[in-house]
Amino acid sequence: MNPIYVSRRRKNIIIKFLCLGAAAFGVTWLALILFTLFYNGLAGLNLAVFTQDTPPPGSTDGGLRNAIIGSIMMTVIGVGIGAPLGLFAGTYLAEYGKHDRLTSVIRFINDILLSAPSIIIGLFIYGAIVVPMGGFSAFAGCLALAVIVIPVVVRTTEDMLGLVPNPLREAASALGLPRSLVIRRIAYRAARAGLITGVLLATARVAGETAPLLFTALSNQFFSLDLTRTMANLPVTINNFVQSPYVYWKQLAWSGALLITLTVLALNIGARILGAERTSK
Amino acid sequence: MTELSVSVSNANGPVPQVALPEAAPKVTARGLNFYYGEHHALKNINLTLGTHRVTAFIGPSGCGKSTLLRIFNRMYDLYPGQKATGQLMLDQTNILDPKLDLNLLRARVGMVFQKPTPFPMTIYENIAFGIRLYEKISKSEMDGRVEKALRGGALWNEVKDKLNASGLSLSGGQQQRLCIARTVAVRPEVILFDEPCSALDPISTAKIEELIQELAEDYTIAIVTHNMQQAARVSDKTAFMYLGELIEFDDTNKIFTSPGDRRTQDYITGRFG
Repeated sequence: MNPIYVSRRRKNIIIKFLCLGAAAFGVTWLALILFTLFYNGLAGLNLAVFTQDTPPPGSTDGGLRNAIIGSIMMTVIGVGIGAPLGLFAGTYLAEYGKHDRLTSVIRFINDILLSAPSIIIGLFIYGAIVVPMGGFSAFAGCLALAVIVIPVVVRTTEDMLGLVPNPLREAASALGLPRSLVIRRIAYRAARAGLITGVLLATARVAGETAPLLFTALSNQFFSLDLTRTMANLPVTINNFVQSPYVYWKQLAWSGALLITLTVLALNIGARILGAERTSK
Repeated sequence: MTELSVSVSNANGPVPQVALPEAAPKVTARGLNFYYGEHHALKNINLTLGTHRVTAFIGPSGCGKSTLLRIFNRMYDLYPGQKATGQLMLDQTNILDPKLDLNLLRARVGMVFQKPTPFPMTIYENIAFGIRLYEKISKSEMDGRVEKALRGGALWNEVKDKLNASGLSLSGGQQQRLCIARTVAVRPEVILFDEPCSALDPISTAKIEELIQELAEDYTIAIVTHNMQQAARVSDKTAFMYLGELIEFDDTNKIFTSPGDRRTQDYITGRFG
């Protein structure tokens, strides 16, 4: 056989093997983490986890009810504040400010915010809200999560609206639609799946955030719905319990970690399904 | 190339050999200039679109024919740095008046684009959407208007059983007729076609050409096309443009049989462009 061809084939096999090896290496660790998480988390997952509050040290019953409710509340409020702001800002960048010099400045700052470590955002809210208000509060936690949500939603909104073909906007304008209606009735509708995907991904992002809550909502041993006081939440509870010497606390930390992982997984799958709908149309 | 060289028979018989009587002017341009930033894209354009006439714009790519069309409904206003000077009248309305309500202008001057642009909603809603912008009418009246518009777009028989299907589920040719129906539904006075068939197959093209001629009974029509046979088939008057200038504007029959300018002759005989 042609020697050039033979050597080319040999190279192909080597590269293929290296790629496969790298992929297998990465996936193996991920699989091990997931396996350990499921193995340890499922063992402690029972009804009490959802119906009882976090136990005092040394106790061998109790659950994560206050932390679960607290996490859901703060995530929902945080996304509720951050997502609309992100949507509006993203709309400005993609629609009104498209030809504006300010737009590229905003986009640059947004990208910095997007990759800012979440502990910095926690410290920022600590300095801006917690200290002046005189104490940790769930509301400060919501704001910290909102600050993380905003740049994610701004980015996805701008990208998704950017995918809406311009002729569609022109066609709507040519029918006599004012700019605001072109955006609301045509561009948003064409980009709907993508916009929702962005909000879901932002939710998944903040659902497991620990650092920003550590400086803001802190944690609470008891069940509380008061936004002005500290509030229990899964990430900080896991962080506290896992460092404790108590076996039952460690067990609850595993279960909590599994719950967060399953939530993030569900949100990502939801986003995937919506994304697939978008491309198939 | 988007050009279709297939010959499609004319639905209304051969192009009339006698010159049409002059129609009352609908759109009149006097000394019209257009600039993309510093670039002088249209130079001193003078022409008249006759009421209920089809006027075709031909010329090589970049000659300014689409640019001219996009001045008639101030489409260029969507983008910064573009400006028109001179005079452009729609009946008694100055189209270039900076204080003009663009939405009302665009309700009077509809536009159909090169690529079909159905809105991401049902076929029914695609039509009803535009009507609702200007009129508040009952459901039954709306049903009637939607049917009328779809008949006007020669699409009714193909979609009457699936009005609630997505507009995006239609074929390319059907989508383009949906866009025409949508434009007709808001009862404009002028309809602008910007290469409406360049993304379509020959059979869809023939249907749209037939439709354009029917529409001329009720509307004043301007069409930009790369396809010279198409211009010859559908239009009453033809404007030949080259490098931003209007070289020749006359009865379609005259342009294609005995053009007055050398450049027109070179273009229609395929020597350039």
